[in-house]
Amino acid sequence: MNKIETKNLNLYYGTFHALKGITMSVKANTVTALIGPSGCGKSTYLRLFNRMNDLIPGVKIEGDVLLDEKDIYNNKGMRIDELRKKVGMVFQKPNPFPKSIFENVAYGLRVNGMNHASFVEERVETSLKQAALWDEVKDKLKKSAFALSGGQQQRLCIARALAIEPSVLLMDEPASALDPISTAKIEDLIYELKNKYTIIIVTHNMQQAGRVSDKTAFFYLGDLIEYNDTNIIFTNPTDPNTQSYVTGRFG
Amino acid sequence: MSKNLKEKIAFWIFRILSLGVLLILFWILEFIFVRGWHMLSWDFLTKMPEDGMTKGGIYPAIIGTLYLVAGSMIVAFPLGVMAGIYIHEYTLDSFFKRFIKLMTNNLAGIPSIVFGLFGMALFVNTMKFGDSIIAGSLTLGLLALPVVIRVTEEALIAIDDSFRHGSYALGATKLQTVRKVILPMAMPNIITGLILSIGRVSGETAPILFTVAAYFLPKLPTSLFDQVMALPYHLYVISTSGTKVAESRDMAYGTALVLVLFVLILNLLANALRKYLGNKVKMN
Amino acid sequence: MISSGISSLAVLLIVIFLFREGFSLFSTSPLENKNIIVVNKTNPVSKLNAGQIKAIFDQEITNWKDLGGNNDSIILFTINDISNYFSDEEVGAEFEFLPDKLNALVDSNPTMLAVYQDKYLAKKFSGKIVNVAKNNIPDFIMGKQWFPTAEPAVQLGVAPLILGTLLVSFFAILFALPVGLATAIYMAEVADERLRKILKPVIELLAGIPSVVYGFFGLIVIVPMIHDVFNLPVGETALAGSIVLGIMALPTIITVSEDAIRNTPRSMKEASLALGANKWQTIYRVVIPYSMSGISAAAILGIGRALGETMAVLMVTGNAAVMPKSLLQPVRTIPATIAAELGEAPAGGVHYQALFALGCILFLITMAINIWVQAISTRRKMNK
Ligand SMILES: Nc1ncnc2c1ncn2[C@@H]1O[C@H](COP(=O)(O)OP(=O)(O)OP(=O)(O)O)[C@@H](O)[C@H]1O
Ligand SMILES: [Mg+2]
Repeated sequence: MNKIETKNLNLYYGTFHALKGITMSVKANTVTALIGPSGCGKSTYLRLFNRMNDLIPGVKIEGDVLLDEKDIYNNKGMRIDELRKKVGMVFQKPNPFPKSIFENVAYGLRVNGMNHASFVEERVETSLKQAALWDEVKDKLKKSAFALSGGQQQRLCIARALAIEPSVLLMDEPASALDPISTAKIEDLIYELKNKYTIIIVTHNMQQAGRVSDKTAFFYLGDLIEYNDTNIIFTNPTDPNTQSYVTGRFG
Repeated sequence: MSKNLKEKIAFWIFRILSLGVLLILFWILEFIFVRGWHMLSWDFLTKMPEDGMTKGGIYPAIIGTLYLVAGSMIVAFPLGVMAGIYIHEYTLDSFFKRFIKLMTNNLAGIPSIVFGLFGMALFVNTMKFGDSIIAGSLTLGLLALPVVIRVTEEALIAIDDSFRHGSYALGATKLQTVRKVILPMAMPNIITGLILSIGRVSGETAPILFTVAAYFLPKLPTSLFDQVMALPYHLYVISTSGTKVAESRDMAYGTALVLVLFVLILNLLANALRKYLGNKVKMN
Repeated sequence: MISSGISSLAVLLIVIFLFREGFSLFSTSPLENKNIIVVNKTNPVSKLNAGQIKAIFDQEITNWKDLGGNNDSIILFTINDISNYFSDEEVGAEFEFLPDKLNALVDSNPTMLAVYQDKYLAKKFSGKIVNVAKNNIPDFIMGKQWFPTAEPAVQLGVAPLILGTLLVSFFAILFALPVGLATAIYMAEVADERLRKILKPVIELLAGIPSVVYGFFGLIVIVPMIHDVFNLPVGETALAGSIVLGIMALPTIITVSEDAIRNTPRSMKEASLALGANKWQTIYRVVIPYSMSGISAAAILGIGRALGETMAVLMVTGNAAVMPKSLLQPVRTIPATIAAELGEAPAGGVHYQALFALGCILFLITMAINIWVQAISTRRKMNK
C-alpha cells in the first residue's frame, strides 16, 4: 500500500507550468529524497502534500494527490487542518515562533484543541526527546526559542512538527542553513524517525541524499526525470541528466 | 466553539470595522460634497468676501494659500532634497547619521501648534518680519522639511546600487554620479512626494495662526511682508467666531469643499504619477 | 553639506526659542503691569502667592488671620478706589501728589492691602511691600486654576489643561486602536488584493484631510449628535474631541501597524498553518505577538498625533479650562489653549510666556514619545 501518491499531477503558478504530469508513489516508513537544480519544482512538489500551495494566489492544480489512498484535494470529508495534523513540515530556515521553547512545541496541540496540561507536558517532553533536544533544553523550557542556536532551533522545529504525531514528515532542505555538526545530528535524527514516519526530504546535498534516503527522485524543469532506489540513482542512473547532476557536472 | 467558527466571527468583526473606516470617510466626504456642492461656482472662487464674509467668494483665501504653498516649498524643497541626498548618498559616520535621522523624525513629530509658537517667536518677533507671508512660509517650510527629506531618502533607496557602481566604473565622481544619474532617476518619485507634502502644507492652520493669517483682508498682498487670508484659517474663522456663524454656514461648506477638493486632486495626481512611473520602471 | 544637519538645526532653534520664552515665565511675578502689593509696616504678613491674592480679590479670604496675620478684616484698596478717599485736587492733575497720598493712606490703615503700580511708590515710603512669590514650576504644573488674564495676579495652573489633553487623547486612542488594528489586520492578512486596492487610498485620503475640515465636520455633525443623544446643554465636550481625534488618529495607526504585520516572515506564518492552525489562530498566536513592537509603536504614534492636534480639538471641545470630571463636559487641551489665546496675549507678557511654557510641555511630551517609538523600532531591527 502506498502512503503517498500523485497521479499525472500538473501545477501552474498563473500561466507558469511548474510541475508537469508527475506520477510517483511513496511507501510508508521510508525516506525519499527529492533532488534537482534550483527552481525545478522540488519545494512546489513537497508542498502539495500539506496543501501549502493553496495559500499562493493564482495556483492551479490538476491531477490527484493521495494520502493513504484518499484524495486530499477533491475530498469534502477532508478538512485542511486535519490533513496538516497528519502531514508535518520542517522548513529550510529554522522558524520558531516568538514564544518559549515549551510553547513552540505545544503550539500544534493547542491550535488543535488539545489543551489538557499534563497531556501537553507529556507530549512536549516526548517530542523533544524524539528530536534529540530534551537534554539540552529541559532546564530552560520557559526561555524564548530565539535564544537557541540555529541547529537547536531547527531540532525544535522538528519537535514541534512531531508533537501532533503526524504520519508523514515533509522536510524542505532542513539542514542547509546549519553547520556540519548540527547537520549530522539532523541526519541521525531522520534515520531514527524513519521507524515511525514516512519522510520526504528536499536536499541539494548529494551526500546527504545518499546517506539518509531509501529512494531518490530527480526533478528537472518541472519534470520528474528519474525515480528509483537511492543507490541506483547514485551509481547507475538511466538518464544522462541525472548522471551529470549527481556527479556534480551539471551546467 | 470550533476554531473555524471563531475564525469566521473574528474575520467578520474585522470586515465590519474596516467597512466602518470606509464609511467614516464616505460620511465626511458626503457631508462636505452634498452641502458644499451648490456653493461651487466661478464667482465663489474669484470674488472677494462680502457682507461680513456671509456672501461673495473666497478669492483672497485661495490666493493666500497658493502663496503660502509656493513660499513654503521654496524653503523646504531645496533644503530637504539636499539634506536627503546627503544623508543617503554620502557615507557619514554612523553615529552622526543616526543622530540626524533621529532629529529628522523628531522634527516630523513636533505638533504643528509648536511650529506656530516657534514661527511667532523667531520670524515674527525676533526677526521683526511681523505677520507676513515670509514668516508664514518659513514656518510652514520648516514643517514640511522632514517630509521632503524622507521622501527624497525613500526615492534614493529605491534606486539600485548597480546604477551608482556603473557610473563610478565609467570614472564619474560622486557629485557627477548624483547629479547626472541618481537625481534624474529619483526626481519623479521625489516630485510625487512633494505633491503630497503640498497637500499637507495647504491644510495646516495652527502654524499660520500667529505668523501670517488674516481674519479678513479684502485685498491681495502686494509684498512678502503683507498678511494674507488662507483657506484653512478662513474655514476656522467663519465656522466658529464672529456673530454671523449661522449666516456664513454656506460659505463654510463651500470653503471646506474647496480645501478637500484641493487635497483630493493632489492625492489623485500623486497616485496617477506613481502608477505611471511604476509602469515605466517595469518597461525598462 | 550643512544641509544634512538642517533638521537638527531646526530642532535646536525650536528648542532655544521655545524654552527661552517659556522659561522666562519662571523669573517673573504673577502681578501684571508692574503692580506691587503694599501693607502697613506693622502688618505681620510679608509674603503672598498668586492663589492667595486671587482669593482675596474674590472675597474668599477676608481676614488677615487666614494669611497668618492678626484677626482683622482686610480692607482692600486698588487704584480704582482712589476717588473714595481723595478728591481730584488732592491727587493732583498730573497725579503728582498720588504717591504721598497712597503712602499716607496705608500708613493710617493698619489692615489695608493696597495694590498699585510701582511708579506710584512714594519717595519717603513708610509702608511694607509684600513679597509676591514668583511663578514657579510646581505651581505651574499642579495649579488647578487657569486665569491667565486675572487682575491683579494671573493664575497659571495648567493641571486642567494637561488633564484635558490626556483625557481627550486617551479616549481617542481607546476608540482608534481596536478599529485601526482590526483594519490593519484585515488589510494585511484577510482582504484580497482588490479590496486592499480600495482601502489603501481611502486611508491615505483620510490622512490627507486637513484638521480644520475634521474640526468643521465635528462641529456640525458630531457635536449636535452628542447634544441630542446625551441630552446635554452643550454638545461641545471631551467626547466630541475624542471621537474626532480618534478618526484622525486612524490612518497613523492603520499604516504603521499594517506595516509591522506585513513584516512578519512568511515562513513563520506557514509554520503555523502547517501545524494545523487556521488563519485566525495564526494571526493572534503568531502574527500579533511577532509584530507587537510595531503595533505598540503605532499606538504611541497615534497618541502623539492626538496630543498635538490643535484645530479640530479647538473647534469641538468647548474649551472650558476646568478640571475635567467627565467625558460629557467641555474641556480644554494644551494646543487648543495656545491657539485660542496667543493672539490676545501681548508679546513678552506673563500670559505670552505662559503659553510658550505650555508649548514647552507639549514639545517635551511629543519628543519623549518620538524617542520612545524610535527606541522600539531600532530594537525591532536588531532582533531581525
Ligand atoms: N509563488 C510563486 N509564484 C510564481 N512562481 C513560483 C512561485 N513559487 C515558485 N515559483 C516558480 O516555480 C518553479 C519551482 O519553484 P520551487 O520553489 O518549487 O523550486 P525548487 O526546486 O524548490 O528550487 P530551490 O532548490 O531553489 O528551492 C520556479 O521556477 C519558481 O520560479
Ligand atoms: Mg525549494
